[in-house]
Amino acid sequence: MQTRYHGIENIIGNVLMLRATDVGYGDLAEVTHGEETSLAQVIQLDGDKVFLQVFSGGRGVPTDASVRFLGHGLSVPFSDDLLGRIFDGSGRARDGRPEPDADPVRVAGPSVNPSQRIIPRDMVRTGIPMIDVFNTLVQSQKLPIFSVAGEPYNPLLARIALQAEVDVIILGGMGLKYDDYLTFRETLEEAGSLSRTVMYVHTASDPTVECLFVPDLCLAVAEQFALQNKQVLVLLTDMTNYADAMKEIAITMEKIPSNRGYPGDLYSQLAARYEKAVDFASAGSITILAATTMPGDDVTHPVPDNTGYITEGQFYLRNGRIEPFGSLSRLKQFVNDKTRADHRKIMDRMIQLYASYRSTEEKRSMGFRMTEWDHKLVKFGGLFESTLMDLSKTLHLEDALDACWQILADCFEQDETGMPSELIKDFWPKAETSDRSD
Amino acid sequence: MTESSPVSTVSTGVIDGVNGNLIRVIFNQPVMLNEVGYARLAGKMLKAEIVRIRGKQCWLQVFEDTAGLKVGGEVEFSRELLSVELGPGLLTSVYDGLQNPLPQLAEKCGYFLERGEYIDGLDREKKWDFTPSVKVGDTVHAGDSVGTVPEGLFTHRIMVPFGWRGAFTVKEISEALTCTVDTVIAKVANADGDLREIKLYQTWPVKKAIQAYQERLRPTENMTTQVRILDTFFPVARGGTYCIPGPFGAGKTVLQQITSRRADVDVVIIAACGERAGEVVETLREFPELDDPRTGRSLMERTLIICNTSSMPVASREASVYTAVTMAEYYRQMGLHVLLLADSTSRWAQALRELSGRLEEIPGEEAFPAYLESVIASFYERGGVVRLNDGSIGSVTIGGSVSPAGGNFEEPVTQSTLKVVGAFHGLSRERSDQRRYPAIDPLESWSKYPSLVDIQQVDESRKILRDGRDVEQMMKVVGEEGTALDDFVLYLKADFLDEVYLQQDAFHDVDGSSSADRQKRVFGVIHRILTTRLHFQSRDAARRAFIHWQQIAKDWNRIPLEAEEFETQEKKLLDAVDAHRAEGEGN
Repeated sequence: MQTRYHGIENIIGNVLMLRATDVGYGDLAEVTHGEETSLAQVIQLDGDKVFLQVFSGGRGVPTDASVRFLGHGLSVPFSDDLLGRIFDGSGRARDGRPEPDADPVRVAGPSVNPSQRIIPRDMVRTGIPMIDVFNTLVQSQKLPIFSVAGEPYNPLLARIALQAEVDVIILGGMGLKYDDYLTFRETLEEAGSLSRTVMYVHTASDPTVECLFVPDLCLAVAEQFALQNKQVLVLLTDMTNYADAMKEIAITMEKIPSNRGYPGDLYSQLAARYEKAVDFASAGSITILAATTMPGDDVTHPVPDNTGYITEGQFYLRNGRIEPFGSLSRLKQFVNDKTRADHRKIMDRMIQLYASYRSTEEKRSMGFRMTEWDHKLVKFGGLFESTLMDLSKTLHLEDALDACWQILADCFEQDETGMPSELIKDFWPKAETSDRSD
Repeated sequence: MTESSPVSTVSTGVIDGVNGNLIRVIFNQPVMLNEVGYARLAGKMLKAEIVRIRGKQCWLQVFEDTAGLKVGGEVEFSRELLSVELGPGLLTSVYDGLQNPLPQLAEKCGYFLERGEYIDGLDREKKWDFTPSVKVGDTVHAGDSVGTVPEGLFTHRIMVPFGWRGAFTVKEISEALTCTVDTVIAKVANADGDLREIKLYQTWPVKKAIQAYQERLRPTENMTTQVRILDTFFPVARGGTYCIPGPFGAGKTVLQQITSRRADVDVVIIAACGERAGEVVETLREFPELDDPRTGRSLMERTLIICNTSSMPVASREASVYTAVTMAEYYRQMGLHVLLLADSTSRWAQALRELSGRLEEIPGEEAFPAYLESVIASFYERGGVVRLNDGSIGSVTIGGSVSPAGGNFEEPVTQSTLKVVGAFHGLSRERSDQRRYPAIDPLESWSKYPSLVDIQQVDESRKILRDGRDVEQMMKVVGEEGTALDDFVLYLKADFLDEVYLQQDAFHDVDGSSSADRQKRVFGVIHRILTTRLHFQSRDAARRAFIHWQQIAKDWNRIPLEAEEFETQEKKLLDAVDAHRAEGEGN
């Protein structure tokens, strides 16, 4: 399709309107003016009026810019050579190397037939006890990390990118501070993990529209790797920026906002992305971990709220620690019965005891008398926090479970723990024989 | 739903605008609201439904991704409302919101759902053994059975199409034979002598309720779910309606799954509406393996799944709840008790909101359309108990989960739902954070249906729970030492009831399913303990005793009712409590 159109009628924000015919909904177009060319996508058709969302933004686009419709939707080149590469939100190389020469695959393709999905079966080991023991991450799971600005959610994602036992990591950055982008890159480079990673990064200074495509690009590429039998972990940060970009566009398009200005289809839009997480019966899998900052630490804010309804659990990152309460991996019960016999019970009991410790702390802070039991709980809480919650510690699952037993043994008598007798018999640390390795 | 084989006389229109899944079409011949149309795209036909007509323009919501549609593209109208096929073979099926069988789609298209692919809802090849139950000359009405076919566990009635008006005389009826759903098995004539054919299946527009019955009755009979807190405290009646609102992570879906397995009904229809695909998969993969304790057959044989998960097109999400309830009504017409579980009605409401937004309607609260309330009400009103033409009783029980934004029950969907349901099972984040499952708030929830056990005992227990909660709140301020021993015991009693009766380990074989008999027996004991006056030396002694009793009672919960140890353990618990009985009986 070689017809070029000139004469843009409206430019509002990032959206252009011009008159054209035979244009498909969702098709891409090239907007050229002077030396500059930007991609744009058709987001509405109204008679012969075509509304285009310009990836690089509406700023600086003259009304006589030339528009050429490409006759197809958004696609991304895919091959194994993508590993180790870094791209921007339009899919252009960001690492100074040549653009990849590969066959394009469709972005935001159809969803997986639910009848072709299988029950999750394998865990993703991260080496972080608060995840592996208490809220195990499972292949094909989608989990957000709910956090607030200032919390180390990006360093946490970077550590997971380094340690997670998967084949391919796809990292999508949305509205990422440039410093954070560099940190990610350097961390992965230093650890030699870049070679199994593909990054699509939209930084805060890039045009807003490009932010919208990051999850789709990441997931389209992830899907291709998964179909090639790879276990893929997709790390997205920060989904709130993504939602805000959607809000910005929706408001520009004069759509009726539903809740705090977000478009009414926020849930569906987020779900369409998160639901790309899948375990193919006869191929690989896609697991999604997505940092989501909660404005004002408010989990009822539309973004975390809608996310929570979509994802299979959530991690709360607060005060530099993964909170044991509220954090939940809904799929853990599919895998934690196959890890070790004591896994489920000790995980529950540790959390219950920690909850008791928290209420004891409350009691103490109000100056009430402490019972003997309270003192034991306080000791327990301290050990729990220093051994298991410290995010800088790496413990393999089995070592972490042993550590749990050791903490129980250090603080309580056997029958105070509420653990089933047969597990106590098997796992209670024998005096002086406990072997804890870091 | 018929395969899209457009006839030459079909009326057509031309696309004039595309906005998301909404297209604007200019038409020439008459069209009707909710009529199905198909947008042509590169050899494919994308199914759509007319949602607004204005002058010579109509708006259609497309049930598929609209990428690639162009202004000037052609749309064909079908002259039919959005309908489903009703006939033998529905059970065990897994459909999307438009009754496309998903496993068959997968055979055709592989891992992904390609748009524009439609398959007949009922298998045209499969053979059924038909046995007639009327003879030539009999008079029949809509909804009357003319014969039956066996379908798994059930005798599937072949009925006179529900929409036919008046009396019909049977002119021809087939002998017992083995045939496909397409076969004409009877011909009947109305008063004017017009001859009509009856096949093994009929079609029905999903947005209309089936009303071919004598009368509606009040739901009174208990529907046991084997979940103690539900059956004892917040029961649901067959033919009743209930809702489960709760914030995310509070266990709505788990509760729905448990109910779908254990509920005492004939047929379970699961409408996974705009929720996670993974959850449906659990049902899909596990049900064929699980035995239905009532029949000893696979659970799947009594189950039908409508699956329109969150990443599937929004418009068919809106249709999916209607598809599900229509099928529920269909099995009710056979004198069966059907449970429809819709998870989640909020996603359905959001689908309405998205459409309303695109149509640029004036928004109501939180941008939901103003008609939200009436739409929700008319959906739940499709539940109920009915006396059929032949006198037998059938019921549709509807349980809808609600996902309120921010877990706040004040929002429009929850509030609209609460107005029309008979029971409210409110899940609380506080309880789920404390891992108290099922996380139904025992003080906020309510039910208008009769309980399994004596209602007076339930009220007494709830009072103890409420008073115990008050003591707990007070204790947070004044501390344990500022609490009277009697009050402290009250708090422990409330905690005991919560720990050993209200909470239930869904994953445990025995504890997970508590039969009606078991509930009556156990609740009797618990109630007796709660109302026993107890004596302790100190608060610590009281706490120790209650922790000990909890342990005994929890172990008791894990012993099968039939086992010998059940009684031993019961005695052990009662003896332990008796040791602390205060002088004098009663409260």
